[in-house]
Amino acid sequence: MRIAIASGKGGTGKTTVAVALARVMDSCVLVDCDVEAPNAHLFLSPEVSHTQEAFVMIPVVDDDKCTGCGECSRVCQFNALAVLNKSVLVFEELCHGCGGCVIACEPKAITEGGRLIGTMQWGKANGMDFFDAKLRIGEPMSPPLIKGLKRQADLAEAENMILDCPPGTTCPMVEAVSGADYCILVTEPTPFGLHDLNMAAQAVRDMGIPSGVILNRAGMGDNCIQEYCRANGMTILMEIPHRREIAEGYAVGKDILRSMPELEDEFKNMIKTINEGLNNG
Amino acid sequence: MLICISSQGADLSSQVDPRFGRAAQFIVVDTETGEAKAVDNKQNLQAAQGAGIQAAQTVANTGAKAVVTGHCGPKAFTTLNAAGIAVFTGSNGTVAQALEDFKAGKLEKASGADVEGHW
Amino acid sequence: MAETGKAKTITIISGKGGTGKTSVTAAFASLAAPVVVADCDVDAANLHLLLSPTVKNTVEFYAMPAARINQDLCTGCGTCHDLCRYEAILVDDDKYTVDSLGCEACLVCKENCPEQAIEAVERLAGHWYLSQARTGPMVHASLGIAQENSGKLVTEVRKAAAEVAESNGLGMVLVDGPPGIGCAVMASLTGADLVIAVTEATQSGLKDLMRVHDLCQHFKIPIHIIINKCDLNPDVTNTVRQWAKGKNAPIIGEIPYDTAFTKAMIEGKTIVEYKSSRIGDRLKEMWQEVVHTLA
Repeated sequence: MRIAIASGKGGTGKTTVAVALARVMDSCVLVDCDVEAPNAHLFLSPEVSHTQEAFVMIPVVDDDKCTGCGECSRVCQFNALAVLNKSVLVFEELCHGCGGCVIACEPKAITEGGRLIGTMQWGKANGMDFFDAKLRIGEPMSPPLIKGLKRQADLAEAENMILDCPPGTTCPMVEAVSGADYCILVTEPTPFGLHDLNMAAQAVRDMGIPSGVILNRAGMGDNCIQEYCRANGMTILMEIPHRREIAEGYAVGKDILRSMPELEDEFKNMIKTINEGLNNG
Repeated sequence: MLICISSQGADLSSQVDPRFGRAAQFIVVDTETGEAKAVDNKQNLQAAQGAGIQAAQTVANTGAKAVVTGHCGPKAFTTLNAAGIAVFTGSNGTVAQALEDFKAGKLEKASGADVEGHW
Repeated sequence: MAETGKAKTITIISGKGGTGKTSVTAAFASLAAPVVVADCDVDAANLHLLLSPTVKNTVEFYAMPAARINQDLCTGCGTCHDLCRYEAILVDDDKYTVDSLGCEACLVCKENCPEQAIEAVERLAGHWYLSQARTGPMVHASLGIAQENSGKLVTEVRKAAAEVAESNGLGMVLVDGPPGIGCAVMASLTGADLVIAVTEATQSGLKDLMRVHDLCQHFKIPIHIIINKCDLNPDVTNTVRQWAKGKNAPIIGEIPYDTAFTKAMIEGKTIVEYKSSRIGDRLKEMWQEVVHTLA
C-alpha cells in the first residue's frame, strides 16, 4: 500500500505523521518528497548507503553542424533557446527537458547533456528503507527531482510506501501524491488549516485518490475542521492532541511515538481501517 | 544605422514602453534616412517565461544595431549582447524624443541588465 | 534592487511551512498601514483570512496552453506517446488522450503528430485580485486546484503590487512568500530589498532557514531573521543565534510559543490588533528595527 501524506498548509505535521506511520508499518519505505525543505531525516538519522545526483536533460548545440535555421527556438515553448548568427544560446534554467529541439533539428546539431537539479540519497533507518533528496539552491523545478526520487524508491520493493509530500496544491504536491492508493491530509483547527485543507482535499479528489483527515493540535483552535468534515462527508481518521511536549520533542528531532507512546496503537488501528476501506471499496 | 525602440504604439508619437521583453511593439528607425517601421511583439505578451530572449531575437532579425528601452533583464541583455546589439536603458517619453536623445548621444550605453529576471 | 518606482519591497519567507510567516506579515501590515500587501503564497493563500480585503478588480490568469488530441483525426499511431517525456499521454484501448495534470505544455506531441491531430488549448489557471484591505491596497490570487505556473502568477502579483504602490504613492510593499526554495519562492524574492525569514526553534526550522539563506545569497538579497517559538528548546534557539551570527544575518526578534496567534486568527485579526499582548509589543519592536534598516 502506498500512502501519501499531504496538507496544503505547511507546518501542520505531515512529517510527524509520515515518520510515525513508517515506524508502525512492516516492510515500509519512507520517501521524503519535500525536496525543497526535507526534514524527515532529522527524526530518523538514517545510515545513508547511496548518494546520487539528479539531472534534467538540456540541449547541447554543436556550432559546426548548426545552420542557424531557428527551428529549435521556434518549437521551444519555454523560450529557452535563442538563435543568432548561426549560433544558439541555451538558457538552461528555462529548459524543461522535453527534447523537442533535438527532434526539430534537421542537421542533428543538438545532443543532450544534463543540468544538475539536486541530490538524492537513501539508506536504512531502524530497519525501514529511507529516501530523500535536496533541490539544488537556485533550481526552480522540483517536480523532476520528486519523480526521480520516487522511481528510485520503487526499486526498494517494499510492501508499503509512505510519501511525505510538499505543502501547497500545485505541481510539486501533485507529483508527490500521484500514484498513491490513499492520501492522508494533515491539518490543524485554525482558519488557515481549514482553508488549505479544502484546497488539498479538492486536489486529491481531482486526482481520483481516496483521502482522510488527521486533525493535529486538536483543541488548539476551534471546531472548524470537525464541522467541515461532517458537512463534506470526509472521515477524520485520528485526532492528535495539542500538547507542548510534542512540539518540544519535535524541536530536537524526537518523533511523536517517543513523545506520546500511547499513539502507537492509534496509528496501527488507523492503517488497518484504511486498508480495510480500500479492500472493500 | 538601424535602431530599435520599445514602444507602446505603432508610430513615433507613441510612448516608449519601459519593458523590453513584453513591449507592445518595436519601432525600427533608420538613423540616416529617418525611415521608421513598427514590428509587432504581441506573441510575447503572454509568454510564461523567456519573453526577453524572444524579443531579442525579433530585434536581431530586424538588423538593428542598438536597442533603446526602459529596462532590460539579464537574459534579454545576454541575448542582445550575443547578437552584437548595444543596449540603452532608462529611456521614457515619446519614441520620437528617445530617437532624438539617442542621436544627440544623451543616452548611456548599458553594461549589464538593470532589472532582475523573472521566473 | 526595486523593479519599478521607489517602493521598498520586503519579502517574508521561511523555508519550512507553518512557522508563522503569514501572521508576521499581517502584523507588519497593521503596523505599516497604509502599505501595499502582496500575498505571493498563491498555492495556499491565507493572508486574506486575516486582512479581509474587498475585491475591486479581478484578472484572469492563464497557464501555458496544454495539448489536446482531436479524436476525429487521431489514427492511434502512438507517436505522441513515444515522444512525451512526462508520461502525460494515456492509452486506453488504443484511444489516446492527454493527462492534463501531467502535461508540461511542451507541445512536442503537437509538433510531431503526423496527422496534425493535436491542438494547444488555453487553460484558465486562476485569478488575481486588486483589493482594498484595512491596511491599504492588497494584491492576492487564487490558483485553480492542481495547477502549474505558480511562479508566473507570483510574478504577476508582485508586479501588480509594485504598480499599485507607485500609483497610490505608497513607499512600501510587503510580500508574503510561499514555503520552500523553488520556483514560486524565487519569483517572490525577485526585486526584494530585504528578506525577513521567519523560522522556529526546531531542527527542521533551522535546516530550512539555512537553505533559504543560501538562496538569498544566490540572489544577493540581505536577510533578517525572526525566531518564532523561541522557548520550545533553548539549545536549538542558541544554535540558531550562533549560526546567524556567523552568517552576518541579524536576528531582529524572538517570539515565544504562544496560542495568541491562533486566537487572533480565529477572530480574523492580526496579532497587533488582538487585545494587547506581549507578542504584539515584540512585533512592534521588530517592525521599528525593519524600518530603521531600510531608512
